[in-house]
Amino acid sequence: MLTKRIIPCLDIKDGRTVKGVNFVELRDAGDPVALAKLYSEQGADELVFLDITATVDKRKTLVDLVTQVAKEVRIPFTVGGGIGSVEDVYSLLAAGADKISINSAAVAQPELVDTLAREFGSQCVVVAIDSRQMDGIDWVHTHGGRKATSRQTRAWAKELADRGAGEILLTSMDHDGTKAGFALELTAAISGALPIPIIASGGAGTKVHFKEVFTSGKADAALAASIFHFKEIEIPELKTYLSDEGVVVRK
Amino acid sequence: MKVALIKYNAGNVQSVRYALERLGADTELTDDPEIIRSADRVIFPGQGEASSAMAYLKERKLDHVIREIKQPFLGVCLGLQLLCTHTEENNTTCLGVFPVKVKRFIPSVRGQEKVPHVGWNSLENLVNNPLLKDLPDSKFMYYVHSYFAELGEHTLATTSYIQDFTAILHRDNFWAIQAHPEKSSVFGEKLLENFLALPSSLPHLY
Repeated sequence: MLTKRIIPCLDIKDGRTVKGVNFVELRDAGDPVALAKLYSEQGADELVFLDITATVDKRKTLVDLVTQVAKEVRIPFTVGGGIGSVEDVYSLLAAGADKISINSAAVAQPELVDTLAREFGSQCVVVAIDSRQMDGIDWVHTHGGRKATSRQTRAWAKELADRGAGEILLTSMDHDGTKAGFALELTAAISGALPIPIIASGGAGTKVHFKEVFTSGKADAALAASIFHFKEIEIPELKTYLSDEGVVVRK
Repeated sequence: MKVALIKYNAGNVQSVRYALERLGADTELTDDPEIIRSADRVIFPGQGEASSAMAYLKERKLDHVIREIKQPFLGVCLGLQLLCTHTEENNTTCLGVFPVKVKRFIPSVRGQEKVPHVGWNSLENLVNNPLLKDLPDSKFMYYVHSYFAELGEHTLATTSYIQDFTAILHRDNFWAIQAHPEKSSVFGEKLLENFLALPSSLPHLY
């Protein structure tokens, strides 16, 4: 049976792992390759690397990191952060990334999603959506959640699936960093409506939150960062718990 | 040990290469028939689209080269599908090493299962075979695909998603795996290690 995926996210700045609460405060959580290997050995199903300082001149550093991860890690991984062109994607996939994740670039230039899906296949195109609720409506935000757009989250997710996105990484900015649980209603609405997998992100604080996002939230995968980095929850015990609760996971 | 990876513009060949290098193999990504014929092992990796992959192979006459390989040969993912007779992906005639058809997943009536099939799924109904020797107990592999090979006499293991499909195939010197062993942690690594450890001289198809 297909299992629900647990995905630690490693935010990368200058080649080191960091995780900010609501993307503002940054704390050092170590060497990305070592951490990636550790997570892989603990039973993480995939990894996401988000380069939060990615700029054109830093691209080379990221490609080097991707090469190192591809050489040493035996599970799939996605790379995101500042990706805005076919050339960016080509260099990361050629270095050994399994998937890339785009966010602001897709909002600025939606046809990039079609182009990437056509060039490289939908299976390696993850589109991240940062969503924030205002007056009861979920709006797409960009630039680490700071900038509002005129797009509503549910309609945008549908458009992305139609354009050929392979997976959607849905982050609720209202929940991110709160450790109060995932955005269950929004995740379930999007996952139930679309034919592609949804990775839920933002708000993980307890093992129960993961169970909720896989059951009532209908997520295919759940992503978290700081709770894993600071060992508040360890992946083996999380998987044992989920399995005992009837959620199918890889053990 | 020299392993030729057949080059046909498929995506993420690098991961397969790194996985083999972790096991101590020398790899070469090539579409040169001579290098392919003289390698100790041949791997047909890949992701991509079937009709353009077949066109690339035919242009270089690699379709003949592949069928006539005498060493242990391993198809991975799209590589498995191209070794079958036909795929529904753009109605493409394939290499025909395995008398098996490749079909597209049709989402179930319940609407629970999405297509593509992405993620970790388990291997079932394993047949005794040198490729499947001494595997870890936890038999999960990482899948990313929209098309699947039907069950048949050459099926070595199955996986269930929407329906049971062929996870691994074997015929003479040809093996093929639908999932990605290079991305399937210690389990996938053991499969690749077993492939490298196969006897070099096997009954061959042609």
